[in-house]
Amino acid sequence: MTAASQESSPPTRRKPTEVLVSGATGDGALFAGLVLLAIIAALGVATVVLSLTNSPPGAAFRSMYDGSLGSVRSIVTTLNHTAPILLVAIGASIAGRASLVNIGQEGQFVMGATMGVVAGLWFPGPRPLVIVAVLLAAAVGGGAWSGIAAVLRQVSKVNEVITTLLLNFVAFALVSFLVNRPYLLQETLPPGTNDAPSPQTDPIRLAARLPVLVSGSGFRLHSGIVIAVILAILGGLVISRTVFGFRLRLFGHNPRAATRSGVNRHLYGSGALVLSGAFAGLAGGVLLSGVAFRVNPGLSNNYGWEGLLVALVAGFSPIVAIFVATLFGALRAGGGVLAATGVNSSIVGVVQALVVLAVMLPSLYMRRRRRLRQALLIVQTNSHSSDA
Amino acid sequence: MNRPSPLLDIRHVTKAFGPVVACDDISFEVHRGEIMGLLGQNGAGKSTLMKVVAGVESSDLGEILVDGKPLPLGDPAASARAGIGMVHQHFSLVGRLTVWQNVILGEKERFDPQRAIRLVREVGERFGLVVDPMARVEDLSAGLRQRVEIIKCLRGDPKVIILDEPTSVLTGPESTKLFEVLRNLVSEHGYAAVLISHRLSEILHATDRVTVLRSGAVVGSMNTVDTDAPSLANMMLGRNVSLERDGAALGLGAEDEVFEGNEVRVDTQIPGRTLSLDSIVVKGEHGNHLLDELSLEVRAGEIVGLAGVEGNGQGVLVEVLSRLTSANGGRVEVVDSDGTRRAVALSDLGIIPADRHDSGCVLDMSVAENLVMNDIHEVARGQLLKRGDIEARAVKLIAEFGIAAASHHAPMWTLSGGNQQKVVVARELSRRPAFIIAEQPTRGLDVGAMEYMWHRLREAAAQGAGVLLVSTELDEILALSTRIAVIFRGRILGEMSRDDVELERLGLMMGGQAA
Repeated sequence: MTAASQESSPPTRRKPTEVLVSGATGDGALFAGLVLLAIIAALGVATVVLSLTNSPPGAAFRSMYDGSLGSVRSIVTTLNHTAPILLVAIGASIAGRASLVNIGQEGQFVMGATMGVVAGLWFPGPRPLVIVAVLLAAAVGGGAWSGIAAVLRQVSKVNEVITTLLLNFVAFALVSFLVNRPYLLQETLPPGTNDAPSPQTDPIRLAARLPVLVSGSGFRLHSGIVIAVILAILGGLVISRTVFGFRLRLFGHNPRAATRSGVNRHLYGSGALVLSGAFAGLAGGVLLSGVAFRVNPGLSNNYGWEGLLVALVAGFSPIVAIFVATLFGALRAGGGVLAATGVNSSIVGVVQALVVLAVMLPSLYMRRRRRLRQALLIVQTNSHSSDA
Repeated sequence: MNRPSPLLDIRHVTKAFGPVVACDDISFEVHRGEIMGLLGQNGAGKSTLMKVVAGVESSDLGEILVDGKPLPLGDPAASARAGIGMVHQHFSLVGRLTVWQNVILGEKERFDPQRAIRLVREVGERFGLVVDPMARVEDLSAGLRQRVEIIKCLRGDPKVIILDEPTSVLTGPESTKLFEVLRNLVSEHGYAAVLISHRLSEILHATDRVTVLRSGAVVGSMNTVDTDAPSLANMMLGRNVSLERDGAALGLGAEDEVFEGNEVRVDTQIPGRTLSLDSIVVKGEHGNHLLDELSLEVRAGEIVGLAGVEGNGQGVLVEVLSRLTSANGGRVEVVDSDGTRRAVALSDLGIIPADRHDSGCVLDMSVAENLVMNDIHEVARGQLLKRGDIEARAVKLIAEFGIAAASHHAPMWTLSGGNQQKVVVARELSRRPAFIIAEQPTRGLDVGAMEYMWHRLREAAAQGAGVLLVSTELDEILALSTRIAVIFRGRILGEMSRDDVELERLGLMMGGQAA
């Protein structure tokens, strides 16, 4: 908006507003400086925390870096973690734009993966078709799970915060039930094995697994990241450039004004919730068919929560979420290596959280600053127009 | 009138907000054992005056004596200590709490539930304000909630009780009961009461004396028995005096030549579509009727002014037309010139809501987006938005309607109120709807913006739109309307052509007296 307002004001007469707006050119430098400052502060605090727990900070940072970005292998691990986080974040952004709070991604994730397993075990046909079927089934599973919350919201006006959260627990219990019953989804071990079957499903067929893009010793990059990035870009475009996205934002900002302009509030309210669940389910499907190949009740492993957090940090913009999700993916990869070096896992969590805060606080500050500047603009334009 | 020492003595109170004088040298007295009615239109200064008395606002000039002692102004606690008790128009009760909890809410001493419950019962029996102290407030009807408010007020041991528009949320029988209680309080227990109202009938029935305010000044003070509804209506509206002198300027008057100026509008009752509202019923939470079989027609080319005191169902009617509330009964239809009837479509109506922030615009979206939100399909190819078209339309409308905005990309909330209203008007009028619903279209606007708004509405009607103007400002109704309908308690009490307007009759109808 800053550039446009400069265009619209005649160059001959310099309004006080222009002075304010032209100050915006320094924003990029300011932001970079703030991020640098925040990262230094975060590293400082992390150093203290690590020293207090008798882990040498230098070695810890080194293994975080090595584990996330230091080699092709670790970059692949980062990207494989990024894909499901980003997919969840796209869905959370859609719900967020409609001002709906879906916090049931963890449950939608495992329900999606479970539906994906069913397709991956039994859906017949050539390989591309089976992969599509697995991903679609996962999206349908996640969408149906959040759909329960959508129905409850419409019919009995139960707040979706409550229902989506509680449905997480139902989902975990349901999946646990399914993978503990040999006549349902529990794995069947080959005859002659003496071990008791574990609470997990059989692995999906090879035909149901995502194509591998790059592989080498100890790493394989599956195509989930490509799917996630393409969908994030598409999602961003849908939100900003289509009638559906426009009405979604309208509905989110002011449901009454949206209704008056012809937006069906029931359709958009339920639709956004179902869509966001479908993306969480798809994330589960991608993890399943890219890395995990089978489902157990712990499959979601905080991917849902992290995706939600990514969407919040990215201000519900799927395109910004690509970068934020990569950061989270890197932290997961790096944290995994750090934990493997013997650092207490809760300390690993603290270090990860510090990095997130270091990136998040400057961007929140910039957002606030932009709003303040616009507020100043009001005062200026209004006093200006009353002078005239 | 030679009673000694009035309980409440208001002397020359003057209060201005910037250039607007809300109270202009107001003086009157209220004595022990009497109910004083304070009558006036919206914005006549009643509420401001009483806020000064209650210490919520300070005054610029003048003094107030309570029981002969001067009241320190601008200090609510001092007013309460001196014996001023106020029952506000909007209840300040906590729905989830019980009656007794609400009554002692805000008291600093340690409370004893049993004592509080006993107290509510005692007060109830003593003053005829019976209400179950254990009931939850959210389960009570409006009438009972008000009793809780009054008990709360009496708990402060006041000498003077001020009730601000107490019947606005009550049903007829509840109002009658309230006035019985009030009469009992003043005649049996020696309180004095001030009843703020714009309903003529309750002023006439419930008060001993009446003071009429208009534009912040006292226009008359008299014993209620010495006056009648027509003369009170005239005093409140203050029209008969200025009719001949100011008639032309106000767009009204008895002389023919004045109406010749208006003839353009009268003649534009061109054959065309009619918006027909037929027996619309909307029920409130307590089963009361917010709209009670309301029927009204708006024809092409006319401006129908829906006059009435605020809170008589105007807001609900606009909600129904905006599809934000669904009616419990009745039909909204468009009748074409050949007599065929069909359900009203969204595109038939352009709606300018009273509260633009509530449903008129989206503050966090850009000016351009706000301008196209109703006809988004016109600036899209299939699902894909055509950004160029959106911007072109925004630039055109911003110029055409003189909207002052930093840019069309600027978020809506960066605009001033008047310019936000212009955005709403530009969006609603630019697509030339067959009917325009304008609810309080000039509220909060300055004179220039107001004239602009009036001009736009007249122009739309001249071009063949049917306009329904919902306003509590009589000036606005009289200036614009070709036909006037009066709404009272959810019903149309009567209609009249602009030519046949008698202000006295209009005032009576607005006060709920069918004439």
